[in-house]
Amino acid sequence: MIVLQNMVVLLIVSAIVWAVISIRRRPLLVDAVRRSFATRRARVSALVLIVYVVVAMLDSFAWRDAQHDGDGKVLRDNDGGAVLEANPRSLLDRFDAITMNFGGRDEQTFSSPFAKVEFTQSTATDEAGVKYRYNKSLEYQGKHPLGTDQVGKDVLYKAIKGVRTALIIGCLTTLVAIPFALVFGIMAGYFGKWVDDLITYFYTTLASIPWILLVIAFVLAFGRGLTQLCIIMGITSWVGLCRLVRGETMKLRESDYVMAARAIGAGSWRIQIKHILPNVMHLVVIRAVLMFSGLVLAEAVLSYLGVGVRAETFSWGAMVNQGRYELSRDPIIWWNLVAAFVFMFGLVLPANVFGDAVRDALDPRLRDA
Amino acid sequence: MLIYILRRTLYAIPVVLGVNLIAFVLFFGVTSPEQMARQILGDKNIKAEDVEDWLKLRGYDRPRLWNKDANGLSKATDTIFFQKSMSLMWFDFGVSDDNQRPIGGEIRRRMGPSLMIAVPMFFGAVFASVVMAMFVAHYRGTYLDVMALVLCVVLMSISELFYIIGGQYLIGKELNLFPISGFDSGLNSLRFTVMPFLIGIIARLGADVRFYRTVFLEEVNKDYVRTARSKGVSENGLLFRHVLKNAMVPILTGVMMSLPFLFLGSLLLENFFMIPGLGSFTIDAIESKDFAVVRAMVFLGAILYVVGALLTDISYSLVDPRVRLE
Repeated sequence: MIVLQNMVVLLIVSAIVWAVISIRRRPLLVDAVRRSFATRRARVSALVLIVYVVVAMLDSFAWRDAQHDGDGKVLRDNDGGAVLEANPRSLLDRFDAITMNFGGRDEQTFSSPFAKVEFTQSTATDEAGVKYRYNKSLEYQGKHPLGTDQVGKDVLYKAIKGVRTALIIGCLTTLVAIPFALVFGIMAGYFGKWVDDLITYFYTTLASIPWILLVIAFVLAFGRGLTQLCIIMGITSWVGLCRLVRGETMKLRESDYVMAARAIGAGSWRIQIKHILPNVMHLVVIRAVLMFSGLVLAEAVLSYLGVGVRAETFSWGAMVNQGRYELSRDPIIWWNLVAAFVFMFGLVLPANVFGDAVRDALDPRLRDA
Repeated sequence: MLIYILRRTLYAIPVVLGVNLIAFVLFFGVTSPEQMARQILGDKNIKAEDVEDWLKLRGYDRPRLWNKDANGLSKATDTIFFQKSMSLMWFDFGVSDDNQRPIGGEIRRRMGPSLMIAVPMFFGAVFASVVMAMFVAHYRGTYLDVMALVLCVVLMSISELFYIIGGQYLIGKELNLFPISGFDSGLNSLRFTVMPFLIGIIARLGADVRFYRTVFLEEVNKDYVRTARSKGVSENGLLFRHVLKNAMVPILTGVMMSLPFLFLGSLLLENFFMIPGLGSFTIDAIESKDFAVVRAMVFLGAILYVVGALLTDISYSLVDPRVRLE
């Protein structure tokens, strides 16, 4: 499982490199990319997004360490192989070990940012048998930049670990949704008649169930988890793109160049793949980028409602869920909610700004305006 | 017109049937009733009789699609599909899995509080965002327009969760204007609905104002606007009397697109403000794994959406006489 995960990470990295190289060879695409990055706003947003992606990548590349005994020797099982730790630690966790190590610094309970003592008071009895209240001192004093949560976990660490979950939801869901939308949209638009009727009926039915209820039903049936969430969110979000692709295909089908292709004897599958698909791709890119921020927000809401990721997965929605009553305490505990807010806002705002830039660059109707 | 409404309603029937089928596959196709029972009863080493009793009490002991042992017509009707799934079609919601209470009665009881939150919020949000969008469109190209757009994107990027939590903290706790959460009967309930109303509107404001602004901007570049302006119609009269009327069709489309968000909004708001409506009913059902209730809510949600879409289609002809319904 962990090997597979690492391979996927390497695959994604090489896919990005390959994409950059192959785009450079195509002047049309270079032009599109240049227009997307034309404003400073877009460039700054892209930079922030890259930072998030790098953190998520570092957090995805993980392996399990060998266990050591008291003398620092590697523990071995009967066959002489090393005994491994139960949980894999990611590159990011290891990076922390060199710099700040806030992942391994657990306390007992709440503590405010950079505090030296616990936030809540404990009761103890002195020699005379009189009970008194005091703030226990922390194990790692002043080492928690954003304090700790109810069970003593470092909040900054939790927030950083949430990056990966958010990005997986945002990207994987899009990857689920796009093939559906493309295949059904192009087929409905190109063939028309009963194929169109069938596909239109299918997505009308799907879209008439409010997505939140469909997600709840799906998660109750298949259980909670990141994979399930990506699949069901993909299923609920392909309809919008499918409608767009269908409409665009209907227009393209009647265009001169498709007619020319048909005249020289190209089959309908060849026309759909070679001639129509590349001309609807800009819709896919625009929609995918704009969808991303909505998915990140949706994940938080779903995790809050208890139909999102599992309890052991780090997620900003789960942080909000845990911290929902902390503002009504006196004195208030703000760092949990503020951390989740800042990290989520820091991802969604650049995603929205960059999405707008991509749309303005790729949508031909807006280009001249 | 009447024929159109009739045909449009008939077209809704296969859609509702499809929804029913999807719900059936999700709730009975993926997991068998036995698995469901074990999941809810929880214990790993639970006795087979207990599972059977649980299924029998709730009527899940029938075959799923086809009853071989029954006679005549009841071969098809004495099944889970007919008794539990198709029955939703005539609004027979059955009883809850958790406590055997009739779901229909519960829905009727909780409908009121839900509507008290959702309906004013829905129309308030449309009104507020259309007015603001017109204001922004009036000052298009100026510094104010740019600032408003930036503000919209910022507002869009904040999760609804934080609007609710922040609103409760600021309005409820610090300013102490309205009760933080809860509900009451009769007129007393009004003061509990103010805060969800305000927060529900603000949470959607960013995306909506931006959408309606684009609608208005597309409209103000058209020829009839230039004609009206050259006749000497004032800029305000232009916006309110000419542009608004012509923008009604895309506005209606936008309103319809925001229908599904109504469910999410009421789910979150009712949960945070502890309003005994359909949203909190659903959330309670998620927590107790009450499949019957969730099934009923999925169906009810789809019905409401289909009805909403139908009403929107009909109102197209009201706002734009060029649209003929035939």
